[in-house]
Amino acid sequence: MSNIPYILEERPDTGMNNSKLGIWIFIASEIMLFGGLFSAYVFLRIAAPEGDFDYWGSKLSVPMATFNTLLLITSSVTMVMSWASLKLQQYDKYKMYLGITILCGLAFLVVKYFEYTGKFHHGIYPSSSTYMGIYFTLTGLHVLHIIGGLLVLVFFFTKQADKMWEQDQELLANRIEITGLYWHFVDLVWIFLFPILYLL
Amino acid sequence: MSQNKEIKENHAEDIQHHIKVYVNVFIALAILTVVTVAVSFLDVSFIEAFFIAITVATIKGSLVLSFFMHLLEEKPAVIWILATTMVAFLILMFIPLISLTDQANAW
Amino acid sequence: MSDNHHHEENFIQKYVFSVDHKVIGLQYGVTSLLFLLFGFLLMAVMRYQLAYPETVIPYIGEWFFSESGGVMLPENYNTLGAMHGTIMIFLGVVPLAVGAFGNYLVPLQIGAPDMAFPKLNAASYWSYFVGGVIMIASFFTPEGAARSGWTSYPPLSIFESGQTMWLLSMIFLITSSLLGSMNIIVTIVQLRAPGLTWFRLPFFIWAQLVTSFLLVLAFPPLESAAILQLMDRLAGTSFFLPSGLVYAGSAVEAYGSGSPLLWQHLFWFLAHPEVYVLILPAIGIVGEIIANNTRKPLWGYKSLVYAISFLGFMSFIVWAHHMFLTGMGQSMSAFFQLTTMIISIPSVVVLTAFFLSLWGGSIRFNTPMLFALSFLPMFGIGGLTGLPLGVAASDIFLHDTYYVIGHFHYVVAPGTLFALFAGIYYWFPKITGKRMSESLGKLHFWPSLIFMNGIFMPMFIQGLAGLSRRMYDGGQSYAHASDILQWNEFMTISAFCLGFAQIPFVLNIIISLSGKLTGERNPWDSTTIEWSAPSPPLPHVNFDSEIEVHHGPYEYSVPGKDEDFSPQTSP
Repeated sequence: MSNIPYILEERPDTGMNNSKLGIWIFIASEIMLFGGLFSAYVFLRIAAPEGDFDYWGSKLSVPMATFNTLLLITSSVTMVMSWASLKLQQYDKYKMYLGITILCGLAFLVVKYFEYTGKFHHGIYPSSSTYMGIYFTLTGLHVLHIIGGLLVLVFFFTKQADKMWEQDQELLANRIEITGLYWHFVDLVWIFLFPILYLL
Repeated sequence: MSQNKEIKENHAEDIQHHIKVYVNVFIALAILTVVTVAVSFLDVSFIEAFFIAITVATIKGSLVLSFFMHLLEEKPAVIWILATTMVAFLILMFIPLISLTDQANAW
Repeated sequence: MSDNHHHEENFIQKYVFSVDHKVIGLQYGVTSLLFLLFGFLLMAVMRYQLAYPETVIPYIGEWFFSESGGVMLPENYNTLGAMHGTIMIFLGVVPLAVGAFGNYLVPLQIGAPDMAFPKLNAASYWSYFVGGVIMIASFFTPEGAARSGWTSYPPLSIFESGQTMWLLSMIFLITSSLLGSMNIIVTIVQLRAPGLTWFRLPFFIWAQLVTSFLLVLAFPPLESAAILQLMDRLAGTSFFLPSGLVYAGSAVEAYGSGSPLLWQHLFWFLAHPEVYVLILPAIGIVGEIIANNTRKPLWGYKSLVYAISFLGFMSFIVWAHHMFLTGMGQSMSAFFQLTTMIISIPSVVVLTAFFLSLWGGSIRFNTPMLFALSFLPMFGIGGLTGLPLGVAASDIFLHDTYYVIGHFHYVVAPGTLFALFAGIYYWFPKITGKRMSESLGKLHFWPSLIFMNGIFMPMFIQGLAGLSRRMYDGGQSYAHASDILQWNEFMTISAFCLGFAQIPFVLNIIISLSGKLTGERNPWDSTTIEWSAPSPPLPHVNFDSEIEVHHGPYEYSVPGKDEDFSPQTSP
């Protein structure tokens, strides 16, 4: 492909390939990105009048969000299963698990669509309160990350992936592993978002 | 052009064992989700609710990190980067909070 | 193995969307130098206003301030101030120090053929470019460009003009920085040539590594803060708007219960590490040039590495020293004063090590060395003047005065910028295969040094006398400032002379570029790996032989050897 070493092969002293290290550093920056917003949530909650956040928080739908949590957890396990299938050279299973992952992600977006439009229908917007502001911003940024992830996952479902599998199996497995790490991170953010926004 | 590069077959047993772990972790995550929601209906103070929620979320997150993201088997370099990030994250979370409560004037 | 060797690239692939780190580095270099020039011109207009307030500004007045009869209005001055700061920091110095010097030199100094992720590298440059276009385009919108300071404090920034484009631009710039610094870290960790162990790395590489960690961890909270501010401006939220706010005479219609302090915390969480991002690459460059031109190893290499690593870590816990006047309580104030005092220690270690490196050296006073040497006292003044700002008791008096402006300009202008000039003179022969003129170099250096001090030294006098910053008339309407106002004209004239002093530099580059290609590999007799490559280095592969490292980075004047230097790659 090019003359850059350690794209797939692990460098002996660090034990990693380049993209593995790269995606973890990217994940580190994303932790800080969502961290900024979580920090804002904490700050704003303390700054708000007593009971303000409880009042606005109670307007959110816990069942919808619980369902969404289960969707993402499922998509996480199917993501890692699709990678495992590639390592076991079971291309059809890879496609199947990848497909389920994508469907779970899409379903998450559909639920979120209903959540948001439901709020708008009741005249509740980001400007309605600081709670709603931070709710829409946090979940909105998370939605953008889901969409980004889905775009990559769909790419790996297309003929391009088939071609990659024919030419360089290790490369495709590596790419799916890296994509999987990003996808798990997006799930990880939701695991914290869910109780903080919906249950507290 | 590069030849067809195949995946080395020597990890098959390893992966099979991992698959069992993945399924178990999935079940644990699903159960913990139900636990989180159930606990939120308990009549506890905000601080207690907060700690329970964060603890359960941390357990779930650790499961995802350790098993789905293979952090348990990962090289020290990655673990150090994450540890540094967590320190920076905690600084970001706590210090503005403490500044707020340590105001010269009353809020 | 590599199938690009016979792949003919068209003009677009070779020069526009190139993935070669050298082309990208030069793209960053040229773009950032143009932005530095633009930022300088903004400042020149500001300084004219400060020296001759309420007068008609020549040419600029009729072109841009015609509605007010050629006289600058306060909001115009605020725009100039906010954009000068923003452009110099985010479009000028950081892209030059990290994007240009980092991208060009890191692979070469570690013996790698390119960065770890070449396409990502190109993406990060173009993201910077788009961000720059948006920032400049904001001048031409009906609203005009941002005018709430580079610090963009709410509530002003929520209601003032031009801020939305500033925020959008920042999102592109931050993304560019994140991608670039991630690339640099992976490159340094993974692509070091065989034999290049951690403590054989040139100090410049350590500096770039720490800088990149700062960028990766500190920039994202500003991105979140920018999103929140955009929401406040566009979606009517009140993250930063307190309850009961009255703006321009009428009550603000927003939910309230937000906090301007939240912005300050998130902003300074980045902006403090950002200033170390501004200085660390410069420190790296100065280290390289000092070792080379004293024909001695750097004194205290390990101390230097530990010092800048400690500095990087500490930079995350000092930020509220920018916020001492926000009504902070005693405990927090004490905490941040303590950490701020502690963080001055590694800077002292660095300066001391550099000074000690000069002792007993065979010093060559070429142009890069002159700039590098001048960095030491200039950064020294900048650093020392930071101390009264880091102590809350004195900061209460000095905060938001010209003293602060003097302090930070000393570290960035005759500090970082001089180091970057030194780097340009030093690495020009490697990048182009041609030599720059020493005479023009000295003609650039001496006036620049004198006029830099002419602009910024009086600022300490003005600040200590209590002259506030960001006043469009330079303090004319403040009675207590009347006896230090005469410095304004002196500083303005120095600023204009500083501008003229850059002409030899521009001429030097033009003349040298059109000069003869000597292709000399190692004109400075340096030890680090980049000097083993051809001049200029080969496209996409850099080196024409296998790179294997056998020595540390500064094997100068090794006893018993014939030559006074041993390249890292020699056996």
